[in-house]
Amino acid sequence: MASTKEVLVSPIFANNPIALQVLGICSALAVTSSMTVALVMSIALTVVTAFSNLFVAMIRNHIPSSIRIIVQMTVIASLVIVVDQVLKAFAYEISKQLSVFVGLIITNCIVLGRAEAFAMKNPPGLSFLDGIGNGLGYSVVLLAVGFVRELFGAGKLFGIEILPLVTEGGWYNPNGLLLLPPSAFFLIGIFIWVLRSVKPAQVEEPEYSIAKHTVAKEGV
Amino acid sequence: MEYYLSLFIRSIFIDNMALAFFLGMCTFLAISKKIQAALGLGIAVIVVLTITVPVNNLIYNYLLADGALAWAGYPDIDLSFLGLLSYIGVIAAIVQIMEMFLDKFVPALYNALGVFLPLITVNCAILGASLFMVERDYGFAESVVFGAGSGVGWALAIVALAGIREKLKYSDVPEGLRGLGITFITVGLMSLGFMSFGGIDL
Repeated sequence: MASTKEVLVSPIFANNPIALQVLGICSALAVTSSMTVALVMSIALTVVTAFSNLFVAMIRNHIPSSIRIIVQMTVIASLVIVVDQVLKAFAYEISKQLSVFVGLIITNCIVLGRAEAFAMKNPPGLSFLDGIGNGLGYSVVLLAVGFVRELFGAGKLFGIEILPLVTEGGWYNPNGLLLLPPSAFFLIGIFIWVLRSVKPAQVEEPEYSIAKHTVAKEGV
Repeated sequence: MEYYLSLFIRSIFIDNMALAFFLGMCTFLAISKKIQAALGLGIAVIVVLTITVPVNNLIYNYLLADGALAWAGYPDIDLSFLGLLSYIGVIAAIVQIMEMFLDKFVPALYNALGVFLPLITVNCAILGASLFMVERDYGFAESVVFGAGSGVGWALAIVALAGIREKLKYSDVPEGLRGLGITFITVGLMSLGFMSFGGIDL
């Protein structure tokens, strides 16, 4: 049984849900063009993952295994509806910007993946922490990507001007590409590269490798 | 007629589900190692999207939207907050029904699709298309065209990526970038290519 601290901390870097488990990528890419939106999305996802893990773990011994996916889906969808309504009530502007992506937390593989892989086998307290840990792992990637995209793409952080733009009499010429979808792919690709260079154990085995250079033998 | 044709083309190229809205990324990256598998999954997504989006459209317009229950004598009820739960339920049910139907009547297609059918339930492209349909207020005919178009666009993107990855596995990629990393960068380049459709005004 993994220790409590390990359950909470390991998903952040060592077993990151986005970079290593390849879960929940859709929203990671779509909502990162500004920090505020990325932060709200991270909090929403962390809350949903933590509570869905908690509830699924509480009823795990009563769920017949043949319908477990539907039960988990119902728990998750209900939580997402709560989050969606709260956002609409208290942060309407941001919920408009997130548009369909709050709803898409339902099909975010992190939530269902953790419910299925962890909460079905572990007690509620530990599962709750696992949910928070994975939510934080997701948030780290989201905020890192959001930071780069907003700072260099728009010269702002959380909507506050950091690098004064040329168009407004400053000196910084923004890189518009960073606000477009493709840049999110590049940034996550590079994030994975950095993470795997630091932790070489995560490097994937190649299917084919190129043969070593062979030095032609001198005529004997 | 022309309107529907341009909606179809728009949902395939300009508003491409995978490359412009990042929907269905998990399966998009996981199942794109072989063209054969990618094609099977692509076809399954087209079929499921073409059915689920119109069905969810009917459910939204006749059961959930504000005042939609007027035909049953309850004009003041707004159930739209139940939307998410209903859509995912409908999607799960339709995928299940389709699986049983294909198993019984079209076993050849059932075997070809194999494990991909159940996977589709959790594909964000499917739920995403339903949510976009609600957000953009599509009518019934529009939702059929939009569903089919999004499916074709997604299938096109995954088959193209599988083609690139089949060639890519012979190349010498830096160590930390192998596998997932280089795939992300490849998808980024593809997405950049698809951005060029953005200027087309239909």
